[in-house]
Amino acid sequence: MAETAATQPSRSRDLDKLLLRPGNLVGPRFEPSAQLRDDVQNHARVLVVGAGGLGCELLKDLALSGFHNLDVIDMDRIEVTNLNRQFLFRVEDVGKPKAEVAAKRVMERISGVNIVPHFCRIEDKDIDFYNDFMIIALGLDSVEARSYINNVACSFLEYDSDDNPLEETIKPMVDGGTEGFKGHARVILPGVTPCFECTIWLFPPQVKFPLCTLAETPRTAAHCIEYAHLIKWNEAHGGTAFDPDNPQHMKWVYDEAAKRAELFGIPGVTYSFTQGVVKNIIPAIASTNAIISAACTLETLKIATECSKTMSNYLTYNGSEGLHTKVAEFERDKDCLVCGPGVLIEVDTSVTLQKFMNLLEEHPKLQLTKASITHRGKNLYMQAPPVLEEMTRSNLSLPLFELMGKLSKDVIHVNGMTNKNNQKVSCLRKLRVTFKGVDGVTDMDTAGGA
Amino acid sequence: MAEPKVKYDRQLRIWGEQGQAALEKSSICLLNCGPTGSETLKNLVLGGIGSITVVDGSKVEVGDLGNNFLVDESSVGQSKAKCVSSFLQELNDSVKAKFVEEYPEALIETNPSFFSQFTLVIATQLVESSMIKLDRICREANVILIFARSYGLTGFVRISLKEHTVIESKPEHFLDDLRLNNPWLELKSFADSIDLTVQDPVAHKHIPYVVILVKMADEWAKSHGGKLPSTREQKKEFKDLLKARMVSQDEDNYKEAIEASFKVFAPRGISLDLQRILNDSSSEVDSNSSYFWVLVAALKEFIANEGGGEAPLEGSIPDMTSSTEQYINLQNIYLAKAEADFLVMEQLVRSILKKIGRDSNSIPKATIRSFCKNARKLRVCRYRSIEDEFNSPNIPELQRYLTDEDSSIAVGIYILLRAVDRFAANYNSFPGQFDSATDEDMPRLKSAAISLLSDLGCNGAALAEDLINEMCRFGAAELHAVAALVGGIASQEVIKLITRQFVPMSGTYIFNGIDHKSQLLSL
Repeated sequence: MAETAATQPSRSRDLDKLLLRPGNLVGPRFEPSAQLRDDVQNHARVLVVGAGGLGCELLKDLALSGFHNLDVIDMDRIEVTNLNRQFLFRVEDVGKPKAEVAAKRVMERISGVNIVPHFCRIEDKDIDFYNDFMIIALGLDSVEARSYINNVACSFLEYDSDDNPLEETIKPMVDGGTEGFKGHARVILPGVTPCFECTIWLFPPQVKFPLCTLAETPRTAAHCIEYAHLIKWNEAHGGTAFDPDNPQHMKWVYDEAAKRAELFGIPGVTYSFTQGVVKNIIPAIASTNAIISAACTLETLKIATECSKTMSNYLTYNGSEGLHTKVAEFERDKDCLVCGPGVLIEVDTSVTLQKFMNLLEEHPKLQLTKASITHRGKNLYMQAPPVLEEMTRSNLSLPLFELMGKLSKDVIHVNGMTNKNNQKVSCLRKLRVTFKGVDGVTDMDTAGGA
Repeated sequence: MAEPKVKYDRQLRIWGEQGQAALEKSSICLLNCGPTGSETLKNLVLGGIGSITVVDGSKVEVGDLGNNFLVDESSVGQSKAKCVSSFLQELNDSVKAKFVEEYPEALIETNPSFFSQFTLVIATQLVESSMIKLDRICREANVILIFARSYGLTGFVRISLKEHTVIESKPEHFLDDLRLNNPWLELKSFADSIDLTVQDPVAHKHIPYVVILVKMADEWAKSHGGKLPSTREQKKEFKDLLKARMVSQDEDNYKEAIEASFKVFAPRGISLDLQRILNDSSSEVDSNSSYFWVLVAALKEFIANEGGGEAPLEGSIPDMTSSTEQYINLQNIYLAKAEADFLVMEQLVRSILKKIGRDSNSIPKATIRSFCKNARKLRVCRYRSIEDEFNSPNIPELQRYLTDEDSSIAVGIYILLRAVDRFAANYNSFPGQFDSATDEDMPRLKSAAISLLSDLGCNGAALAEDLINEMCRFGAAELHAVAALVGGIASQEVIKLITRQFVPMSGTYIFNGIDHKSQLLSL
């Protein structure tokens, strides 16, 4: 005699009310049913990027919101200063990889959840790795990392001939960030809502002190510290790079800063402050991380199930003076280099791959060097590793038109280095290549030339 | 001990050693340890709260495994309070964790004195009637009370205590205290000693803008009957005069002066907010007054006499383009005046304490110093009792919220959360709690909501049908993500209340997880 689901006590007692019952304030394609709940549990895969303050909370929240297939990626090891908020870690775990311990702890406490940890850099994964997930949840602490994931997710996006995004290629991301009592949570649906790059202006540039202030007219403790860190260190240590995690290096900087401060009569140089300035330490507490991760999880659940309306599309939160939350609806930048239909490059059918790569270096919107190029998953040219470079080297002298299967136009992806704020950063760009004088029919050899 | 300090490094940078000490001294009571309560407490335990007592009479069910991280397979059938408190103990072994296996409603009814031992009580998932009773008990016993509740995709947080005063409010953006519109003697003399027309271009562009503005303001006042620029034309003229003094385009100090010139135009004296605090009846102190109000009484005297209409000088100056020497000199001038003001305040405080029959040393120097530095930023938070709010809410405000598009869902949630409690009182279960009854429950909830609104003198038609329907759909579910969010907010408020730093929320925070247009309602 089988017991019906109604009489068997269920773990998803509370979640069922949201997923099994019809409602009016729900997404347009909401199909309440046990099937929906089971699909989320058995088939939906979510990637959590980062296993720190936000990541730990995200893993717990997602696991307890019906997601039983999670991956988590983080390249860091656990430190003592993490323990005031990264609750999956204990004192004995210090030194171990965050992703591995986090995955293990959550699986121990919540049965039925499977979490695959990845102890590596986000750049170390194949781009295809990211395509395996239904939704990517970000718990990162740097603009660069967000930018990278954003590039990857947006690289999957394809447009139809009317420049409308193809739905099945949209890779949703939910991004959270915190600092002290402040935070934000946002939903990114590439091609629909603004991506990270579309709204890059939201992130204020980092404070950089003018060189002459540091060198000649220091006034504050921070000036003395940055002088020791950025100028004096190189003078005194020639080739050795400064390592902020090396306590001896940090002490050296602190001593030098203190000396300089004393010389100029400037108060305020302490060891703790020195660390804060040099490492750009962001104060962090459990409560803000909990709030932002929970908001991100709710949105992830809504994207996966349409069980309610989604946030449109950027939530800012500030809890230091009373409590302030605001949802702003930002708009996409149609010309966005990352989530837009792509930078249009028109070339002749005779242009070789090498020549094309030179064009990328000079192109004002791209200025891309050391390009590696793929077309529909096929490597046209790879800068690394040496084996692949050797294999694809011969393509450099071939016409791009042929390498791209003689299509009159198509999307290619280019990975390379570009200049951002006077720094060389790696980036991934989507390009729409159109060949001049070729009409839509690809089997014609005599392309109508100029 | 070095180790605990390192662990808390990231939060010490926010509330400092004193804030941490306040947390470590306090004892918290949690009522109901479902996910809402558990998540609230988890954040506080991680932060090093002194001691916790978890009160909950229920046993762990299978359904709890799906929404509460602090219970696991092995806890099923056991006391939920016991399981939650032992996991919390694991999270931080310097916290003292206890549990009481009792239903909070029972304690409220039969043992109200239980609550007097705590610094603060976190009451989660309580219904209206229990909230009112507990609120009375805690007000009587002077225990801080905070309510938190998760209900489907909605929830709320509400602090309740008579008064909470804040010296270290630490507002993010607050004008510095440079007195460019009202310089004192030493600042004026320092400015006089510097020649703006110095020939050396390096020296010219390293005169700090404070000096530039003090001198220029003085010059202006001399030719304008002692007054500073007030009309739009005058302000523009003043800025033009500054521009005219630039000898080259790269003079950052002059650019800073132009940007900061609004500080010269700003009115002298204290803000309306501070004036309100000074005029509060609590500033007429007696032997029962808190140290905050004694300090305010001293501040009132200071402003009226030695301060000449101004509060004690804050004492710090922002960084600005300047030669090191002039900057340090300027810094010292501000520090000296702040110190002088502090000494006057100290005397005033001691004499007031004597006058009201208290030990003249009962307020530490450090507290008076901090008060002087923060005098312009003081905050006083007062909260209506739950009973008062529920029985006689601010009707005009309520009506405004009901008709405003941005807040109508939030206030709808507020009303419905009370309506579901009335429903539960009548039918012994929440609307939609059981699958079988959902159809009948919707009209019942609707009529409970409408009758509540009309009791309060408002139009029941203002509530959206869809929202009422949604509340039924929720069936009093406690969803983990919502509980974690509401719990996060509650824990953050607890930290502000206990450290007495930053400003706690006012009114009731309604969490709207449907479209995230959450709101603070002041009723």
